Amino acid sequence: MARRKTNTQKISRRKFLIRGGLGTAGVLALGTYLARNPIRRSILAMANTMEMSYIGEIDNPMIWFELTSDNHIVLYSPKVEMGQGTFTGLAQLAAEELEFPLARLQVIHAPTITGNIDGMSTGGSTSISGLWEPLRSLAATFREMLREAAAGKLNASPAALTVAEGIFRYGEKRLSYAQAAQGVTSWDIPEVPKLKPRESFRYIGKPEPRVDLEPKVFGHPIFGLDAELPDMLYGAVVRPTRIGARFVSADTSRAVSMPGVVQIVEEAGFVGVVARTYPQAERAKNAIEVTWDAPSDLQQADIEALMTVGHGKSTIIQKEGRGLDGDHVVELEFRSPIGAHAQLEPNGALAHVEADRATVILSTQVVALTRKEVAKSLGFEEEKVNVVPTYLGGGFGRRLHTPHAVQAALMSRAVGKPVKYIFSREEEFQHDMFRPPTHHILRGKLAADGSLEGLEHHFVSGDVGNDSALMPPGVPTLVGADIGAVRGGFLQYGAVPNHRSVYWHVDLPFATSWWRSLGLLANTFAIESFMDHMASLAGQDAAGFRLRHIPDDPAGRRLKAVIRKAVETSRYTEEVRDGRAMGLAASVDVGTPCAQVVELSVTDGEIRLHKVTCVLDPGLAVNPDQVKAQCEGAIHMGLSAALFEEMKVVDGQLTPSMYGPYRMGLMKDAPREIEVVLLQGKDTPGPVGEPPLGPVGAAIANAVTRATGQRPDRMPIRVG
Amino acid sequence: MTLECTLNGAPLQLELEDPATPLLWVLRDALGLMGTKFGCGRAACGACTVLIDGEAVRCCSYPAANVVGKTITTIEGLGSPDAPHPVQQAWMEEIVPQCGYCQPGFIMAAAALLEKIPQPTDTDIDQHIVNVCRCGTHGRIRKAIHRAAALLAVPSTENPR
Repeated sequence: MARRKTNTQKISRRKFLIRGGLGTAGVLALGTYLARNPIRRSILAMANTMEMSYIGEIDNPMIWFELTSDNHIVLYSPKVEMGQGTFTGLAQLAAEELEFPLARLQVIHAPTITGNIDGMSTGGSTSISGLWEPLRSLAATFREMLREAAAGKLNASPAALTVAEGIFRYGEKRLSYAQAAQGVTSWDIPEVPKLKPRESFRYIGKPEPRVDLEPKVFGHPIFGLDAELPDMLYGAVVRPTRIGARFVSADTSRAVSMPGVVQIVEEAGFVGVVARTYPQAERAKNAIEVTWDAPSDLQQADIEALMTVGHGKSTIIQKEGRGLDGDHVVELEFRSPIGAHAQLEPNGALAHVEADRATVILSTQVVALTRKEVAKSLGFEEEKVNVVPTYLGGGFGRRLHTPHAVQAALMSRAVGKPVKYIFSREEEFQHDMFRPPTHHILRGKLAADGSLEGLEHHFVSGDVGNDSALMPPGVPTLVGADIGAVRGGFLQYGAVPNHRSVYWHVDLPFATSWWRSLGLLANTFAIESFMDHMASLAGQDAAGFRLRHIPDDPAGRRLKAVIRKAVETSRYTEEVRDGRAMGLAASVDVGTPCAQVVELSVTDGEIRLHKVTCVLDPGLAVNPDQVKAQCEGAIHMGLSAALFEEMKVVDGQLTPSMYGPYRMGLMKDAPREIEVVLLQGKDTPGPVGEPPLGPVGAAIANAVTRATGQRPDRMPIRVG
Repeated sequence: MTLECTLNGAPLQLELEDPATPLLWVLRDALGLMGTKFGCGRAACGACTVLIDGEAVRCCSYPAANVVGKTITTIEGLGSPDAPHPVQQAWMEEIVPQCGYCQPGFIMAAAALLEKIPQPTDTDIDQHIVNVCRCGTHGRIRKAIHRAAALLAVPSTENPR
């Protein structure tokens, strides 16, 4: 079950693995088992306050480091790099304890063949906070093993050696790590050494440049879709355009003779085509005529009617005091739309299935799950499938589902050659695992002294975590509510004597799932819009009204601190000056508080953001520049969702299916200024990637209300 | 047909089986230049932006046959780690990329903009840089374009290019 301290997994001496020696061309590989970690830590009541940790369920030894003979160290990352800067942060953690130059440390994705597989996923803003202690412990252990070896070669006691920059020194003598390891075949594994104190950090806490800058600025082939294998072909799979349509049969007579077509592949549940080039595969796919059964003719109004509080099954996720009734109860409703991930690199996979083994190269957030599903579809042992994760052209939760890896593998098996399968952009939009639409009813009542006597959040959402292959069976039942949908759905105003939050679950006829920050953006939009409304009814300023209802406990004090700092930094005012209005909102997500102030103007029905001030308390920021980059990115993603983005169901189809019609925030929509201030309310790293998405929509809505006198009741926010 | 053009400063001659094939796939598959990305296939996102005779072109929807006699520059030909284009230099200094997938397209679009307007205003940037980025690197892109403009304004003797 969830533990208060999540960063304290111990490494055991017996569980180290050392592979090979360091010959002239060889490598020394250091690995370990991490302790088994029950997945059921994800308990609902903790979901909003706890840090999730590294959730490896490891049954193989894992390779973490390789020391090369030219004195470089390779770090095999079990977490994938999707833009969030994890590789850079992990490199800083490792270099710190290795006492090794950051520039000589290379981070790569661990393919499953090395065993270093994160049993769960990369997501939930957990990579750095979860590996904070385990990775430093491993690095320190590795350093001490090398110190022993160096001491032996220098005829000195290990304690007499000094170490810096990957070099041991003893008097005038110097020995690089590679020299120290050279020829050593027997290694003594020490107890995990004491980790460096904060005051002697050299890399941690510094705004080091990203380790992946060069490949990304010079266009190196680092992404899943850039992968190539000899004799590679392209695959495409026919997909329905209507919700609920089931495959019945396919007429492939026209497609089979089209230019470049190698083979039509019919497997259980799908028909695909393999051709020599991507355009040929797409053209042939479009020439296949499929008969579909039971396509839906649903409309958007049907979805909204379904997605209304009171439908489905309810779970009280938070309750204190009594429910609200009687006179003077204020009630507002809010809605948020279906959202698309719209990550720039379409989903795809390059698979090569041979007689007794398979290789799958792709962008995935679920390395272990991808391997499991591919192995199952091929009837292989999992060890026979090597999943090679690449840099992701965006993740945002979209790559927590990889059925395309299975389809690529089945097409490869059918033609006996490597097959690269790429979603078209239209398929990417229509077959996204969408951010679910939501509906919220907020209720509140003021006491005679202008404080809140009661506050209630009733909300309905499509699934996020329920039904996901990522969730261990039983967890949704165990916790009673969808742990993704309720993110941000708790009321942070625990000082209100009577408060409750009630989640309603409704099944949608199409798939919804994890989208960066899950329920946080929509829930905060609703709750924080309502708090502003109640503050104005109470005749109080938005910040002061919030502060008086936040409990005076450690978490509450951190939340109050970010609100106060945001007010101070932005020079927050509720006066509209020169047509510019400000809006404030705050949220706590996975233990990380964030407050934002948006300054905007509204002209001829157009909302123009001028400045966003963001105050985040992530604890110790391993790389403050990249924490700020995550805030900037979350603000842009949030404003895009709050002002523009919307998928709709029209005649049974999810539309639109292209950038442009699926309007997203562009350069012209970006605020000219984003100021990020980091507070450090605790001395370990907390989650960063998702929490700053929370306040964006509400802060915009609150500013729009001040500018126009009209309170937005749905995203995307429209005025006039 | 035979395709003759100039690619990244060198003459190129290539047999094209299907003249209608978008330039993007010729670059990626026939020539192995993977820096130009497939994002949408409909010229809607800009991830595939290259320079054709100095103009920013979204080559996922540009028939390869149309480049006959023209000069193409891709991200691979714009600059290298040893000799970065000022836009790439500025991109590194501002630490712009996150996931990085859209970045070559933005970099090419920015290079084309600076050819036309050496000192662009924020409004110029808003009007000309219309690619899609999902990670939200827009603020840093704006700073990097201004920084690149400043680098380009340095007299050529001091310009590392």
